[in-house]
Amino acid sequence: MSDTMVERTAPVAQAETKTIFEKGAPGRRAFVAPELDVPEVDRATLLPAAYRRSEPARLPEISEPEIVRHYVNLSKRNFDLDSGFYPLGSCTMKHNPRLHERVAGLAGHARLHPLQHPKRAQGALELMWNLERALSEVSGLPHVSLQPSAGSHGELAGVLLSKAYHEDRGETRTKVLTPDTAHGTNPATVTMAGMEVVKVGTNADGGVDLDDLRAKADTDVACLMLTNPNTLGVFDANIAEIAEIVHGVGATLYYDGANLNAIMGITRPGDMGFDIVHFNLHKSFTQPHGGGGPGSGPIAVSERMEPYLMTPRITRDDAGAFDLSFDHPKSIGRLRGFQGNYGTFVRSYAYIRSLGAEGLKDASETAVLNANYLLARLGEVAEHLPLAYGRICMHEFVLSGAPMRRELGLKTLDLAKRLLDFGFHPPTVYFPLLVDEALLIEPTETETKETLDAFADAIKQILAEAAEDPEIARNAPYTTPVRRLDEAGAAKRPVIRQPLG
Amino acid sequence: MSTYTAVTEADRSAMLEALGVESVAELFAGIPDALRLDRPLDLPPGQPEQEVYAHLRELAARNVSAEDEIGFVGGGMYDHYVPALIDMLMSRSEFLTPYTPYQPEISQGGLQVMFEYQTAISELTALPVANASVYEGPSALASAGYLAKLANGRPRFVVSAGVHPHSIETLRTYAFGFGAEVVEVPLRDGVTDPDAWRAALDDQTGAVFVQNPNFYGAVEDVAALNAAADEVGGVVKVAAYDPIALGILKPPGECGVDVCVGEGQPLGNRLDFGGPSFGFFAATEAYLRRMPGRIAGETRDVDGRRGFVLTLQTREQHIRREKATSNICTAQALNALGGVVYLAWLGRQGLVELGELLLQRTHYAREALCAIDGVEPLHRQPVIREFAVRLPEHAPVADVVERCAEQGVNPGLALEADNALLVAITEQRSRADIDRLAEVLQEAIA
Repeated sequence: MSDTMVERTAPVAQAETKTIFEKGAPGRRAFVAPELDVPEVDRATLLPAAYRRSEPARLPEISEPEIVRHYVNLSKRNFDLDSGFYPLGSCTMKHNPRLHERVAGLAGHARLHPLQHPKRAQGALELMWNLERALSEVSGLPHVSLQPSAGSHGELAGVLLSKAYHEDRGETRTKVLTPDTAHGTNPATVTMAGMEVVKVGTNADGGVDLDDLRAKADTDVACLMLTNPNTLGVFDANIAEIAEIVHGVGATLYYDGANLNAIMGITRPGDMGFDIVHFNLHKSFTQPHGGGGPGSGPIAVSERMEPYLMTPRITRDDAGAFDLSFDHPKSIGRLRGFQGNYGTFVRSYAYIRSLGAEGLKDASETAVLNANYLLARLGEVAEHLPLAYGRICMHEFVLSGAPMRRELGLKTLDLAKRLLDFGFHPPTVYFPLLVDEALLIEPTETETKETLDAFADAIKQILAEAAEDPEIARNAPYTTPVRRLDEAGAAKRPVIRQPLG
Repeated sequence: MSTYTAVTEADRSAMLEALGVESVAELFAGIPDALRLDRPLDLPPGQPEQEVYAHLRELAARNVSAEDEIGFVGGGMYDHYVPALIDMLMSRSEFLTPYTPYQPEISQGGLQVMFEYQTAISELTALPVANASVYEGPSALASAGYLAKLANGRPRFVVSAGVHPHSIETLRTYAFGFGAEVVEVPLRDGVTDPDAWRAALDDQTGAVFVQNPNFYGAVEDVAALNAAADEVGGVVKVAAYDPIALGILKPPGECGVDVCVGEGQPLGNRLDFGGPSFGFFAATEAYLRRMPGRIAGETRDVDGRRGFVLTLQTREQHIRREKATSNICTAQALNALGGVVYLAWLGRQGLVELGELLLQRTHYAREALCAIDGVEPLHRQPVIREFAVRLPEHAPVADVVERCAEQGVNPGLALEADNALLVAITEQRSRADIDRLAEVLQEAIA
């Protein structure tokens, strides 16, 4: 072990973490129940013993101050976007404006019951209508449903819509094409929708292999799911031809909107020939990610897909009154309860109103500028971390860590873990799958040049350090609340809840 | 207008120079001209923060929220009090702004919250396995259908008509995709008709679905319904539960339930006009490796310290792709945090006390409304927090709701097919509120 390493691995004094179930004491509590203000009736008469719980659920017994301290301390064991750079590719970790939290918290939004009569929810329906119109304009497709709860839920909607569309025309189509660069949600969705995944290859430029597409596009194909720019950060310039091939066999074209942040106000999926688009409001439209949700995955569709859209839909009459409409006999129905994740609509609508047309375009342009600048800075280490495809990128780019692994003995995972010690969230690693030792980097538009420089410098430093002593990165991180965890052991002998005696 | 960016003219020049290009436009050269939007997007112009706030406030003011009326609407989401500490914790940057915990070393807070949440859901349901959340109640139930389809491949689902209509509709939508027929079994006296239930079950039945209490508020005999399914054998028994009712109801794990799902909103989440909330998903050990969604597990780091990771990821889309148990990726982690904090805040005794209070007040309300001339219970089954009453023919429920609303009372959800009202009680509806409801309803009917 080198001297540097000893210094960097100095133990951090820390008590072992305890769960909330290991804290508190019998009899402690936070909640004070309202007084029983109605005449008491024998409990057993109201709910027979056979239906009753014999023992209370073993929930914590704990005071409010303990709860607050417990969760505040837990929160400090998280890294978050408000604290530092988070260039997680395909996740669009852009700043979450606090205005959005304030407006989403207004009682008129936050305490509005989803089954309130539409007459008394006109503000909410107008907001949803306006958001639908804005998303329609951004995507270039006329009809929008806000209902899906996340991107993958939007994908499910889109594939089911395609299925319904073909069935309505008396056709049974069983295949969905996805490029080998696709997000994992794409193939998983296809199986959920009862169809078969057929993979399409990638050409040397990082786009869809047109010959392979032509060979696989036949009348069994219901749909092609595509991300453009794709997960390599490459805009597929053949998109018009791709659309022609897909439409030529009567299939639909689905746009995975995870990468929409590159093109807002610049080009539109509808104009490229897509029939269905999903948006990730928690990516391009800055709904906070919440450590794994909530998200929101509205879809926009072309005229021919409209009859199959989910219900309920929002309508506006000539007098400007809004309502929910349920009577759409060809609709695929509901994908969830109520109208969707309304709280996310409030935030994303506020965002769109803040930015306007010019601002959205500026956001995309700056996202692409920032990505290219960071790519250029990392060109200084291209010897070990070359760009996987192309020369410039859109809003994100993929580096390959293969030379780094070969020459420095550092895996992409090691680089990622060492970045933690430098106070950065690492990029997405080992995705897309077709790039060896992939590193997918998306800085977003809300980062400063200084941050991008600091990140590039950190990577340079880590590589220089590895040239001296690769063990440092191989054993990283050192400064985090815990170090590398035994993930294999966790999966082999799963402990997924606190044992309570 | 702010785009929350920080690139100055000087920055831009320096960056472009580093790139060796003249303009930002050159970076978009890969997009064919024919596909370029040759005009600005047709959107309202950007506005400063204070003006956006004013606009959003104005929209909020055109909604009648639970703050503006005495509300008795439930039907799947309930106006429970959300304690202030939840607002504080859910708005902390460290919980609000990270992504899914892909890097466990810097995500121990979120991962431990998931682990605690899973523990709480397991305790509540008496089922050993819970995931870290799914989207919400109805899609949780539909996802249980997909689990059943993958588990036994049988072509038919049998669903009680007491299951929330949104859940049944969502199940039908999902089943249209993966291929299953959905057969609905009617209610008798407010609960699932046991004879029709038994008659609907056979060896082609892949899964059964009940809800407890059901959509009409009635407590179902879940154990008996599941026993009937056991006679067939190999059926995945799914039940949707109201988590608040689980304070006093026999838990699903003791009623033969294989997969328990439900809407998590009543646990410390706002109404938010229907979302975001969370769905919970718990199961017996046998379905551990078929669960959808994230699961956090306990482990140790290289120094032997206790820690948590996302585990059993070989079920998931990012690893298994087309062979995944679900396509779910982003779920509802922040809302599940609200859920577990709420359960800790209520605590072991509090959840029971809340259940008993609702039981008493709901009984009182049912009696009070049924004392009105012409109003009768839709069913006489035990109820915990919600019940349905039929209104006299001369008083169409839609009109009655409007008349009550004029008096500042939202009397419940209109069930037009039965000319009935579905009335929900929470701890925020006092006896005085219930008396006011009875008074206003009586006038509205007269």
